[in-house]
Amino acid sequence: MVEVVLWGSLADQAEGARKVEIKAATLRELLDGLGEKFPGLRPELKRGVSVSIDGRIYNDSWFQPIAPDSEVVLLKRLKGG
Amino acid sequence: MALDDTKKTRDFKVVGTRPDRPDGIDKVTGRARFGADMVLPGMLTGRILRSPHAHARIKRIDTSKAEALSGVKAVVTRADFGEVPADVADVMDNCMAGDKALYDGHAVAAVAASSPAVARKALKLIEVEYEVLPHVTDVDEAIKPDAPVLHEGRQQETVPGGMSANVIARSEFGHGDIEVGLKQADRVVERSYRTAATHQGYIEPHACLATMGPDGKADLWVCTQGHYMVRNTCAAILGMEQGQLRVTASEIGGGFGGKTVVFLEPVALMLARKSGRPVKMVMSRSEVLRATGPTSSTSIDVKIGMTKEGRITAGFAELRYQGGAYPGSPVDMGAMSGFAPYDLENVKTVGWDVVTNRPKAAAYRAPGAPMAAFAIESAIDEAARGFGLDPLEVRLMNGADEGTKASYGPTYPAIGLKATLEAAKSHPHWSAPLGENQGRGVACGFWFNFGGDTCVSLNITPDGTVTVSEGNPDIGGSRASMTMMAAEELGIPYDQVRTIIADTGSLGQNEVTDGSRVTFAVGLATIKAARAAKTEMCRRAAMVWGIDEEAVEWEDGAARPAGPNAGKFPPMTLKEIAAIASNTGGPIAGHHEVNAEGAGVSFATHMVDVELDPDTGSTKILRYTVFQDAGKAVHPSYVEGQFQGGAVQGIGWALNEEYIYGKDGILQNAGFLDYRIPVASDLPMIDTVILEIPNPGHPYGVRGVGETSIVPPLAAIANAVSAAAGVRMTQLPMSPPRVLAALQAQADG
Repeated sequence: MVEVVLWGSLADQAEGARKVEIKAATLRELLDGLGEKFPGLRPELKRGVSVSIDGRIYNDSWFQPIAPDSEVVLLKRLKGG
Repeated sequence: MALDDTKKTRDFKVVGTRPDRPDGIDKVTGRARFGADMVLPGMLTGRILRSPHAHARIKRIDTSKAEALSGVKAVVTRADFGEVPADVADVMDNCMAGDKALYDGHAVAAVAASSPAVARKALKLIEVEYEVLPHVTDVDEAIKPDAPVLHEGRQQETVPGGMSANVIARSEFGHGDIEVGLKQADRVVERSYRTAATHQGYIEPHACLATMGPDGKADLWVCTQGHYMVRNTCAAILGMEQGQLRVTASEIGGGFGGKTVVFLEPVALMLARKSGRPVKMVMSRSEVLRATGPTSSTSIDVKIGMTKEGRITAGFAELRYQGGAYPGSPVDMGAMSGFAPYDLENVKTVGWDVVTNRPKAAAYRAPGAPMAAFAIESAIDEAARGFGLDPLEVRLMNGADEGTKASYGPTYPAIGLKATLEAAKSHPHWSAPLGENQGRGVACGFWFNFGGDTCVSLNITPDGTVTVSEGNPDIGGSRASMTMMAAEELGIPYDQVRTIIADTGSLGQNEVTDGSRVTFAVGLATIKAARAAKTEMCRRAAMVWGIDEEAVEWEDGAARPAGPNAGKFPPMTLKEIAAIASNTGGPIAGHHEVNAEGAGVSFATHMVDVELDPDTGSTKILRYTVFQDAGKAVHPSYVEGQFQGGAVQGIGWALNEEYIYGKDGILQNAGFLDYRIPVASDLPMIDTVILEIPNPGHPYGVRGVGETSIVPPLAAIANAVSAAAGVRMTQLPMSPPRVLAALQAQADG
């Protein structure tokens, strides 16, 4: 299981949980698992998110491995200029 | 690919030097071809008709008189485009209005004609019947329940019920308990701040040249930060296959985020499709200001709790950003980044994305972050000065470090914030004396940086010189940086490598040049492509020597036996291997395609001295120093240029630049005479100090540097002006009338 930190307003869509546990070994499994467990998160996931894994930011790499003890933080999709 | 662990103390030979820029001669001699420089036989002039109203329903468009005009070859309205995919619907609507014109300058029709004069005349013959609607251009007005509504049904599930439909989204970040933190404070500073919308101010207006054959195959030349994005977006809007549209990026005269979206391009292609002729479109400066992306104007409330020793016990900010006529202001980035430089137990930010009757906001260098930093760094400064504390020491005391839980969630790896603060503290600027009416300000800033899809192809020519093809327009020196990294990796001189920007038919998908990603991501791909070429060259040498390829290594531009057991052979140089490539298997190349993840965050501290004229309220920048972590500065002159450019744009944003709308919702200052960007005579030399804390996610330790430098200036200058004026400035720009009013209000008690 991986512990995922959700940002405040996203927690509202996940029954108020700021931290949730998801069975996932990759980024894709994590995002799929989040949407499955918390349907309220699906609109935000569909709009796109970034994910911090142990302090490094990932956007779309489905098969990026996630260790069970990794720090995983869901972020708003990062945009640059 | 992680920071090279094979050579932790790598002795760079090319990286870190300052060779001549490869585009320098072309640019100073006028040979460089920018967006408006391309011409084709039979080319038509395309022009846009724009709404004179801030908000109006389009009841009828009659183009018949324009179409009948001699020399007019095509007229386009929204009806020509039909339905487009949902993910480009707002882009389409911004390029050509549908049912409603949503801002002054919104495109409503376009013509292609045999000359500019005919095109202008044709625009006047297009009849548009408008039903003028109430409008709103101010963010605080737009969120009121009775405000005129731009769109129905766009509000996200994150917005509480009962709010204006103009409020599109709410986001919240942070950790700890703000109320607990505020109770621990000896002083609470609570202020509201406002910033004006500003334009990216690139010198080159938007321009493109489109052709489309009767078989539907099309070519587009365009000034853009991302020609792959242009291809994909235009193909979706025009119902084309991406492979049938080839886009070539011109030389670019500035972008700063404003050229990360399309405005003219789908219209030019549609005009080319309808007319069967090449169509060139070039915006005027007025069109650039009225209809392309400025940044958001904002309204921000901040609350900071601080102990008398300077420890920040709580930080709260509520940020309202108007993103223009469509959802998607950069408020999330502001809400995530504002407190990022600090190690706080109790921190919370709330962001509101709001639409108004203004042009859709586009990215502008670290989008969303400078405004948040202005408000938060101003409040921290006020709290520190209220206790008589040194504002640099307060920032050092509270500064984030490796292991700090960032305000936006993750725990930081090795970062450079404190290095920038220490460098600032020990710099002579910090202890230089100040005179009458002068003030000094400091502020910190943060930016995320990122990577994304990237392709590089590196080819060894028969004579042993090297070409590198990359897919990102060079807006900040990337051709030099890629050339240097390729030369470094191959062990050959800089002048033996040439880097070009390939068209969309020549490489796979490349993410836009944004997010300070290019030196990091394209650099990583260039290094990997060079390593692939080196592996192949070692294999060729092994064939010639009759030994295993594992027994050959690459060093100083040549293949060599890896050790005494490999045999005694003289080194075979790149040129020697290239010369016999046909005999050893054929041409030699390396390429690399990757979604580059692992970009390292970046921090900066800025320090500025100002002098106020108490009679006019004008502010003169006396001295300015930028301290920023670059990870590894590949070409230090370009890094310094990025630092300086960010500071200068920040100076304009802080002191003069401002979108001014009349009560009629019309932009009042759509030209560089009335919208004043800084010029050389306004500025001192911007001093720079490059810190190098390697990014573990890049083989050479590179971090992006292009955006962080615009984050601190607004706050640093506001803190300096406030110190000089003796009154806290809370609204940008701090133009002479505004400063004079503040001084007068203070004098009046």
